[in-house]
Amino acid sequence: METRIVDARGSFCPGPLMELITNMKMAQVGEVLELLSTDKGSAMDVPEWVKKVGHEIVESHQDAEGVWHILVRKMK
Amino acid sequence: MRIVVVGGGMGGTIFANNLARRVASELKSGKVGITMLSASDKHVYQPGWLYVALGRATPDELERDQESLLEPGIKFFVDPVTEFHLADRYVKTMGGKVHEYDLLVIATGSRPAPEDIPGMKENSINCYSAENALRFYERLDYFKGGRIVIAVGLPHKCPMIPLEVTFTLYDLLKERGLIDKTEFYYTYPIGRVHSLENVAKWAVGEFDRLGVKYETLFNIKEIDGLKGVVRSEEGSEIAYDLVVAVPPHRGQQVIEDNKLGQNGWIPTNRHTLHMEAEHGDRVIVLGDTTNLPISKAGSTTHFEAEVAAENVAAMIKIGRPVRSYDGKVFCFIEAGKDRATYAMFTYNQPPQPKAPNAPIHAFKMAYNKLYWATARGLL
Ligand SMILES: Cc1cc2nc3c(=O)[nH]c(=O)nc-3n(C[C@H](O)[C@H](O)[C@H](O)COP(=O)(O)OP(=O)(O)OC[C@H]3O[C@@H](n4cnc5c(N)ncnc54)[C@H](O)[C@@H]3O)c2cc1C
Repeated sequence: METRIVDARGSFCPGPLMELITNMKMAQVGEVLELLSTDKGSAMDVPEWVKKVGHEIVESHQDAEGVWHILVRKMK
Repeated sequence: MRIVVVGGGMGGTIFANNLARRVASELKSGKVGITMLSASDKHVYQPGWLYVALGRATPDELERDQESLLEPGIKFFVDPVTEFHLADRYVKTMGGKVHEYDLLVIATGSRPAPEDIPGMKENSINCYSAENALRFYERLDYFKGGRIVIAVGLPHKCPMIPLEVTFTLYDLLKERGLIDKTEFYYTYPIGRVHSLENVAKWAVGEFDRLGVKYETLFNIKEIDGLKGVVRSEEGSEIAYDLVVAVPPHRGQQVIEDNKLGQNGWIPTNRHTLHMEAEHGDRVIVLGDTTNLPISKAGSTTHFEAEVAAENVAAMIKIGRPVRSYDGKVFCFIEAGKDRATYAMFTYNQPPQPKAPNAPIHAFKMAYNKLYWATARGLL
């Protein structure tokens, strides 16, 4: 399955986490979503939500341009 | 150049009027043709539905005949599009007509989809259509106190509604002498009470002052009408007496049926506003139906439509576009019955909202009337 890119760079409203949640609803169970975010808060609030709701963080890193790449697998 | 605009709402209308004015002589000479296809002969100012839900406006005040808003020279048909043929550059309508184009503009908006959440349609009220807003106001007659849960689905248009509906309903119930018997329980999908950080900080202060309870990281999963509880994806459960919903939204069914975008959201380039797909160079997407990570709001649509109209006019006149959309959004925030503030931001500039005050509320009330000048492409 191809990774679904959720490009939420520069998103203040709805913001990266809401963009992720919206896309998560459209994804299949087992699919991996790669969230791109320029909001430093995403490194904290995305894992918090992913854990609470029961999905899985696959990987998280910041690239040379400062963009966060957070890969999340849909588990349910 | 044959331009076909699909949708006679905010985006389609502002775009068509703005462009028609810029290329008035080309329209007259026949070098340019603008055709608009819509699903309704009416143009509705949707932000007014919040006031209908509170008994401060009636639906007829929010409607104009679409044709009366359009610049001369724009051909208008109430004949919704049913088929998009991007490779062959034509659309087909419900009436069986074929409209060929050199440039297609899609601005079909979004629609509430409460049916995506089990129990939402039957067990909650909302202000997302004229009919529902009237039902909302009517339902308040039977509300004599208890717990009101604000339940928010994603994605939704007008990101300020969850807060606005809470604050304005609070003031209404206070006026009716019911506030001591009422508990507001506000829920929100992410880890704070609003997507905009500064707005969330201010709103939490207001919630604490007013005694509004709140729960964050709450994504509505279902409303169980038999047990009278709202459940979240995250596993919590809240008993309710009344649920005020912000339904999740989708783009139009026709967008899904034609496979232009999942759930009706069309992949759109964040700067050029062209559709990101094969043959997308001939397609511009405006307003709610884009998949852009910005607010689904009239102001977003308005700024996008202006950029697109200026670019199309420039393409006609000098052969190249002149502007790039910077993600600009401007949202008023009603903070009660007589105070408001606003948030303005772009892809690069976070908003810095100020404390709410009466003049900003007065400006919003004036804008509700001035909107018709915006639709005409004048303001
Ligand atoms: C309660 C409420 C409050 C709001 N408050 C605010 C606010 O305070 N500030 C703000 O900025 N925004 C607000 N909005 C949001 C704003 O109204 C929308 O974001 C805006 O209308 C989007 O414009 P649009 O052109 O994308 O879609 P719309 O204005 O919804 O227009 C869509 C058009 O497409 C037509 N159409 C549909 N299907 C077809 C088809 N198959 N073929 C042809 N035409 C079709 C429809 O008839 C309609 O004319 C609010 C919305 C609501 C519901």
